[in-house]
This record gives sequence, C-alpha cells and structure tokens, in this order.
Amino acid sequence: MINPKAFLNPKIFEPDIETVPTRNGFGEGLVLAAENDENVVGLCADLTESTRMLAFAEKFPHRFIEVGVAEQNLVTVASGMAAAGKIPFTASYATFSPGRNWEQIRTTICYNNLPVKIIGSHTGLSVGPDGATHQALEDLALMRVLPNMIVISPADSIEARKATLAIAKLNKPCYLRLSRDKAPVVTTNETPFEIGKAEVLYEGKDVTIIATGQMVYRALLAAEELKSHKISVRVINCHTIKPIDKKTILQAASETGAIVTAEEHQVTGGLGGAVAEVLSQNYPVPLKIIGVEDSFGESGEPNQLLEKFGLTKEAIIKAVTQVLRMKGERV
Amino acid sequence: MSNTASELQELEVKAYEIRQDVIKMLLEAGSGHTGGPLGMADIFTALYFKLLNYDSKNPHWEQRDRLVLSNGHICPVLYATMAHAGFFPTEELKTLRKLGSRLQGHPHRTALPGLETTSGPLGSGLSESVGMALSGKMDKAKWRVVCLMSDGEQDEGNTWEGVMLAGKYKLDNLVAIMDRNNIQIDGFTEDIMPLNDLSAKYESFNWHVIEIDGHNMQEIIDSFEKAKTLLGKPTLIIANTIPGKGVDFMEGKFEWHGKPPNKEEAQKALDQLETHKNKIKLMN
Repeated sequence: MINPKAFLNPKIFEPDIETVPTRNGFGEGLVLAAENDENVVGLCADLTESTRMLAFAEKFPHRFIEVGVAEQNLVTVASGMAAAGKIPFTASYATFSPGRNWEQIRTTICYNNLPVKIIGSHTGLSVGPDGATHQALEDLALMRVLPNMIVISPADSIEARKATLAIAKLNKPCYLRLSRDKAPVVTTNETPFEIGKAEVLYEGKDVTIIATGQMVYRALLAAEELKSHKISVRVINCHTIKPIDKKTILQAASETGAIVTAEEHQVTGGLGGAVAEVLSQNYPVPLKIIGVEDSFGESGEPNQLLEKFGLTKEAIIKAVTQVLRMKGERV
Repeated sequence: MSNTASELQELEVKAYEIRQDVIKMLLEAGSGHTGGPLGMADIFTALYFKLLNYDSKNPHWEQRDRLVLSNGHICPVLYATMAHAGFFPTEELKTLRKLGSRLQGHPHRTALPGLETTSGPLGSGLSESVGMALSGKMDKAKWRVVCLMSDGEQDEGNTWEGVMLAGKYKLDNLVAIMDRNNIQIDGFTEDIMPLNDLSAKYESFNWHVIEIDGHNMQEIIDSFEKAKTLLGKPTLIIANTIPGKGVDFMEGKFEWHGKPPNKEEAQKALDQLETHKNKIKLMN
C-alpha cells in the first residue's frame, strides 16, 4: 500500500493523472534559487528554451551567459565562475553535457570540488523522435564514477524543482538528470525530499522495486497490480544515485529478500549498478536490473520506445516474479 | 611606465635564480618538463615581482589578480616563482612530484594555496579564466585575470570556444599571455598542426593582440601595462620565447619539452645559468 508519509499525488493510479516534463520543474526551481541567492548564475549552450533555462535568463539577464553551441566551454567557464564565488547552473542535453565534456567536468569541476551544477536534459528513451543521438542512456554512469560529484535523478517535475533548490544550496558539484517528455506527477509538495535519502513510496514485504526517474511511476503501477495477486511489493524512489542510500537499500534487502531496479539508462553503471555494488558487498539477495541492455535507442514515440526496450510495468512485474522465484529457490 | 635599469636587472637576475631552482627541482623529481619552464621564467618573474596584485601571506585575498596557468605541465616555473614570492618555503620545491607533496606533477587548485585552477589537460584554462573574468564583471570587481597558455594548446577546440566567448563579452579585465615557443611534444608546432597567423586569428575574434619578445623584461612589463589601457576587448600578448632558455643544449629543442635533466646535464645547466646570472649582475 502507498506509504501515507510519502504524500503521493492522490490521483497516482488514475488514468487522468497530470503529466509534466521534469525539465519544467528545473526551470521553476532555478528562478526560485536565483531569487534566494544572488550568486546563482546560469549558462546555456544554445538550448535555453528547451532546457527551460529561459525563465531565469529573462528574469536575470545579467546573470545569464549564453556560450553558444560549445559544451566544453559551458562547463569550463562555469568552473571559473564557481572559483570566483558564483553558483553556476549549466544546461544542455545530457548527451552533449555531460557527454561531450566529461574530462572538463572531471578536472576543472570535480577535482576542484567546485559547486557547478550540470543540468542534463533529454535523458532516456523518452526523448522520442530525435533518436539515439539525443537519448542519453549513459549519463548516470559517467557522472556516478566521478569523485565529489552528487548525482540526482528526480521522479517528476515537483521533485526536479525541489532538487534544483537543494543542489543550489549544496557547495559541491552536482549532476541533475532531466527528461524531455511529459511524465506523470507522482509526488506532491509535501513529499519528503532530501539529497541522499531514498524514499519508500509504497510499503511491502515480499520484494522491493528500487526505481529512479520516470520508472518510479511504472514501479508504483507494478506494485499496485501485484497487490491484487497477493504479492506485497515495496517501492523505493531512489532520486539520489550518488551518494547512494545504503541504509534504505540494505533494509529493503534484509526485510524483503529480493530486489528489482528500474531506470531509463543502460543496465551497466547506473542505478542498478549502484544497488548491485551495495548488495553484493553487504547483503547479497536476488537482483534483477531493468534498463536498456547494451544498445542504443532509436526514433519513435516515447511509449513505443519504452515498450520496445522493455521499460514497462509489465517488464517490472516479470522481473519481480523472477527474483521471487530466485529467492524461493534459495530458501 | 618607466623602470629603472637596476629594477630590470634585479628582475632578470631573479629569473635566472628561478631557472636554477627549476633545474634542481626537476633533477630531484626525476620526471617533468624542462623546456617550457625555462622559457617562461622571465614572464613569471615579471608577473610575480612587478605586475600582479596579490598577497602571498593571504593567498585567498578577495581583491587579488587571478593568475591561471592553462598549460599546467610547466608548473615547475610557477612553483619556483611562488616560492620566491613567499607563498611557501623554497625548501618545499624539492618535494615536486613526490608522495604527499603540495606540488603535484600538474598543479591542483586545492592542494596549494595560491593556485587558482587545476591544469594539465590542455585547452581549459582560457575558458576558466573567461569564467572568472565574467564573474569579475558581474561584481564590478577591480581585479584582473591573467591566463598563461601555450601555443601547442591552440590545437584544442576548447581554446577557441573560450576565445570566442571572451571576445563576445568584451572581457577587458582578461589578458592572455601565449608562450609562443614553437614546440610541442611531438615536434615543432608548425609541423604538428600549423597555427599560421595567430594575431590575425585572435583579432578576428575581437581581441587586441600585442606581440613581444618574451625574454625582454621591459617589453613584458610594457605590454602588460598597455593591456590594462585597452578597453572593450580582451588582450592577447603573444610572447615569443625560446624553450630551454639559458641552457645552450636545451634551447629550441622540442626533445626537451617533456623530460628532466640527468645529474650531469643538470650540473651543466646550473653552471650555464649561473654564468648568465653573473653576467647580468656585472652589467651596469
């Protein structure tokens, strides 16, 4: 059942649940963060409207730098601004930033531990018709491997807004993963959000689904459906990929004994990898990782793509039954 | 600005002392770059002993000029100059590249107070300098940003992204000094990747360009002071230098870009540098 302390959207299981892209939440959050702190500045690489930095740029034109189509410059200039006391937010599509400029992020931002915020929009297959060149499926891995970097993947637009405000106050490099397509609004303003703290959204004891980004919604749908089959599923929203919330993961492992992870990302190096690292070294339990299996995406409508690549409620349910079987064999 | 002959002479002597420390550091370290540090010693000396506004006892002083070394591999000359300028004891120079040292093989911002950036991977320093200059402009700050870069790193696309942005935002609080020594690891710059007319390139991106002899103390000082008066654009000072300057068997040789001297070579180098230094002292 839904965790009442999660204060989820009351319409969570209704067909007319509102849908908003997570990038919109970032756009709102950035304006609020800039109002709160005059050191917040914004830099964009010719994608100001699309990444939703436009509202900030219009409201604070003197704190906005348009660098043109130059993602290496985007982050290195931001590094210099952070070294001079600013809190720079950099926005582009994730395949370009942090995709194209990884070394600059590593050396000039992470190694220096400077509070530059890398905002990567258009992640996952749900980018849709633009095709594989624009569908970032590797960004969590790229950012998660970097020392000092904080990695956040919000479940919906409200959480993206909260995450934007939270990273503005955190004196560290941060990566915020956003998506282009409209996605169901799972949480509310009252839903707890704390960097590094995964939230139990749905309570259960037989198995746990740990999801991130848009897959949180599908995990909740899977849990609700499995309830009617008398399978008690716990759903955890793991919005912070790094530092990963070991405590909540290990508690789920010990209390439910089987785990499925779900993300719009390659199965290697992302949320599933992070969870596997925690489980295998501390409390091994059966694990299935739902994600893209070592391939690129392609053009298509978001839902068609999610279906083709197996990122659906049905795929999660299948994985749940598999880990339950594995767990049963072990017993 | 007029400089007395004795003042210039003092700076020239200091530059040779710094070169000697560079050789000693590299011998002790057993690895590192020799050509670039020797070639840039005059410019570093002029910056730290004449031109920059800073407080070595308070390296985080808000109003300091920011010196960004983009081609981090020539850091022995930066470290040696900083030690002479009082940032840390010269004794510490011999820890270069050793375990636990603040003097990392390539400079690291958080390791040693007084370093503004981390560098080594080429082509980033100008953009970081642009970021600092943009912040300075936003805050209406008086401090300036000085970016030291190599000619070899003009091969990097990132450099030109920084060049364009600096021109676009008319960053006249930024001066870049390019070590035009014509060498890089694999050979001569014009063979590896022809750079052709760098002045024309920078000018077309809305920069002022001044070309100088990077071993002429008066020209170094005059160009830096002139850059302060050039408004509405960033300034590039192309400093023509001789890599390995002061040591005859190293001068102009790309083979000395990335290796240290052995004991015998170091002794020869130190003797030659001592001779140069004493000659300057004798000139009046």
